[in-house]
Amino acid sequence: MGMFSNRRRSSDDGSFRVVTGAFAALVLLAVAGIGFELSRQSMLSIRRFGMSFWTGTTWDPVSGVFGALPFIWGTLYSSILALLIATPIALGIAIFISELSPRFLRQPLSYLTELLAAIPSIVYGLWGIFVLVPIVRKLELSAPDAIRKLALFKGPPLGVGMGTAALILAVMVIPFTSSVAREILKNVPTAQREAAYALGATRWEAIKVAIGYGKSGIIGSIMLGFGRALGETMAVTMVIGNNPQVTASLFAPQYTMAAVIANEFTEAADDLYLNALVEIGLVLFIITIAINALSRLLIWSMEKRSSRPMAIVPLLEEQPAQ
Amino acid sequence: MTTALSTTPGGLTTGRSTMTTTPTTARLGKITVRHFDFYYGEAKVLHGIDLDIPERQVTALIGPSGCGKSTFVRSINRMNDIIPEARGEGVIEIDGKNIYAGGTDVVELRRRVGMVFQKSNPFPKSIYDNVAYGLKIGGTRNKRALNDAVEKSLQRAALWEEVKDRLQESALALSGGQQQRLCIARALAVDPEILLMDEPASALDPIATTKIEELIWELKENYTIVIVTHNMQQAARVSDLTAFFMLGKVIEFGDTKKIFMNPREKMTEDYVTGRFG
Repeated sequence: MGMFSNRRRSSDDGSFRVVTGAFAALVLLAVAGIGFELSRQSMLSIRRFGMSFWTGTTWDPVSGVFGALPFIWGTLYSSILALLIATPIALGIAIFISELSPRFLRQPLSYLTELLAAIPSIVYGLWGIFVLVPIVRKLELSAPDAIRKLALFKGPPLGVGMGTAALILAVMVIPFTSSVAREILKNVPTAQREAAYALGATRWEAIKVAIGYGKSGIIGSIMLGFGRALGETMAVTMVIGNNPQVTASLFAPQYTMAAVIANEFTEAADDLYLNALVEIGLVLFIITIAINALSRLLIWSMEKRSSRPMAIVPLLEEQPAQ
Repeated sequence: MTTALSTTPGGLTTGRSTMTTTPTTARLGKITVRHFDFYYGEAKVLHGIDLDIPERQVTALIGPSGCGKSTFVRSINRMNDIIPEARGEGVIEIDGKNIYAGGTDVVELRRRVGMVFQKSNPFPKSIYDNVAYGLKIGGTRNKRALNDAVEKSLQRAALWEEVKDRLQESALALSGGQQQRLCIARALAVDPEILLMDEPASALDPIATTKIEELIWELKENYTIVIVTHNMQQAARVSDLTAFFMLGKVIEFGDTKKIFMNPREKMTEDYVTGRFG
């Protein structure tokens, strides 16, 4: 009430604090609530399989045996591959826009990369099926036998599979990483670059100084992309092949946690099946939080070493299942 | 800019003739400036600067805010090159070579002309790595050579005794005054001939300022120093020569004593006695 009265009173500050504090508490409550609810809804499966749920490789709804390892593997493997592809490209874009691009190109390029983030993931999926998959299939078919024998490229030349999923994820991750990294570089004080130039640095050396200054923030931008890749559902489901197996092969159809939940949730007839699917959600939730915490720790230890006040570090965003 | 000039009374046109006058004692010209103009886009901020800056002396540039003294000092190592649409015209010679001539290696130039900025700007690295940075990018890999240079530079910057036991600690843990001396050490490490200082003590407390001033006094034995300062007492204390800038022109240039005690121009007198600015 005090907030809306005409007179200024110091008690307004108090109520303002209470209101904003309550909103902040809501966030904590939501996270705890999600964790609690996911555990409660998957109790049946947790009791039945215990830790073997994390290590089991069999996913057989008919005989009621559920192991999540192929999905955990698929999620982590596809996300890490996507990160490996996306990070150099995204940082390259960020460095080009913030340091090298002519002025008149800066704004349009920034808008265009951010536009990539606005495309719905189902559209990426369709593009994957109709454009990327045929290209990958052609590549697979034209690969010489010597290469096809390598563990990395074993499997039928289907076009759908881990490699295609990683590529599409990489395209989806690039705008996130590059726009955050670009902001970080933009916020590096001119004085840092000038210090380098004044000591006879070339342009590239001055850019390296700027990157060094924004190091922790840039790692944050990479982790943001990782978080995005971990939770991405629709586009991956459409191109990864949806076959639960643990293999390093890029050609092999595989499966992710988010994809199996999206595909099978509506057809989960019995309680154990449903519980197992929710537990996969719980596993994804735990892994995301763990990776988030690890990256925080990494950034924090780096900050401590350079004893610099915390730079702007983006939080890992959890993507809602789509 | 030009209209403002023409309406300003006194001194401006005659100022031209005084600045080319060689200072009374014969000194070796290290930096020779002739008809140097500078533009930010359309705006002309320096108008026909002529100066002869002698070797191993401290030359102070004074003048009110916006008079172009910082722009000028940043022209001597072509630091303004990194500002888009900024350009200089005219001649600045160092040891007889025009640094604005085509084909000038700017990287090489900046290694010969060191710079210390208004706000200390150490890298978020260790003290050691800060000082060694210029040498490392210059290609020095030898650990012993680096160690020696770091120690020598820190000693010259009067910081060695304070940091010798914590060279691996972050430079950002140092106090403001120490950080500025670290930046001086960092500039000295690449062994420049000229040291440009753009208000190096303006962000420091009086004690740290005194240390920097004493340091400048010692450094002039080996370096040609050009210092921009807002603080007239400071200019009087540390410099041998003083150039008074006003609205992008050099109004008067000469021995510091003369500029402060017996200036030729009325405008200089008004400024150094604190009547404006």
